[in-house]
Amino acid sequence: MSDFRTPLARVRGLGSAKSGTGHFIAQRVSAIALVVLMPLFLIKLAKNAGAGYAEAAAWVGSPLGAILTLLAMTAALYHMRLGLQVVIEDYIYRPATKAALLILNTFVAAGLWIAVLYSVLALAR
Amino acid sequence: MATNSTRPLSPHLQNWRWHATMASSILHRATGVANYIGAVLVSVWLVLLAAGPETYAVWEELNAGPVGILITLALVGFTFSVSFHLLNGIRHLVWDAGIGFDAKGSNLRSILIMAGAVIITAGIWIAGGLL
Repeated sequence: MSDFRTPLARVRGLGSAKSGTGHFIAQRVSAIALVVLMPLFLIKLAKNAGAGYAEAAAWVGSPLGAILTLLAMTAALYHMRLGLQVVIEDYIYRPATKAALLILNTFVAAGLWIAVLYSVLALAR
Repeated sequence: MATNSTRPLSPHLQNWRWHATMASSILHRATGVANYIGAVLVSVWLVLLAAGPETYAVWEELNAGPVGILITLALVGFTFSVSFHLLNGIRHLVWDAGIGFDAKGSNLRSILIMAGAVIITAGIWIAGGLL
């Protein structure tokens, strides 16, 4: 059987980056959580978000609303950071651009998570 | 960097006839990226809500004006995007168990999932009385 590796890869002899399995499992575990959480969260959100400030704030601040929002958004932000990482790795060729976008992806996900955490806790008081 | 000329090359999109499994695979990525954008908007909405009624009024004014139509269209698109990614995501989990790789069944399930996402979206927006 012929070896399909590039000469450079053969010389380096590093094999894979060795973190693929952990990434794969994390993506699946968050997916399983989201199958349950996301429909519940979005249906509740759609029912409560459209009727003005008071109702929306009261729902997000309620025990069920706050916990459901935090669970769903935490799983979603984690899952989408992992997912977009793969998209960037697949399509962005230039190493500097790739690294910059991977870092930006992490910052966006982390930043949004803190913003959501603060907002929901502020409304729940 | 030296390249190995015997490495196999994969023909890119333009060389393939479009088929259902290919469409659902590409749609899974596309809807994943769309969901990312949707999650950014939900997060921004939560921050506006937490900032208080005066700041939240900006969102309500946008929604009442001509931009409101665009927001509604975006929400309909987001509903489809989440529905498709969820249904096809369940299929990915089933694949992980080693089930569902037959050609005919895969094509059928691709079509059913795409149709299912449209039906869920239509159901929520029409039957739900939101549109």
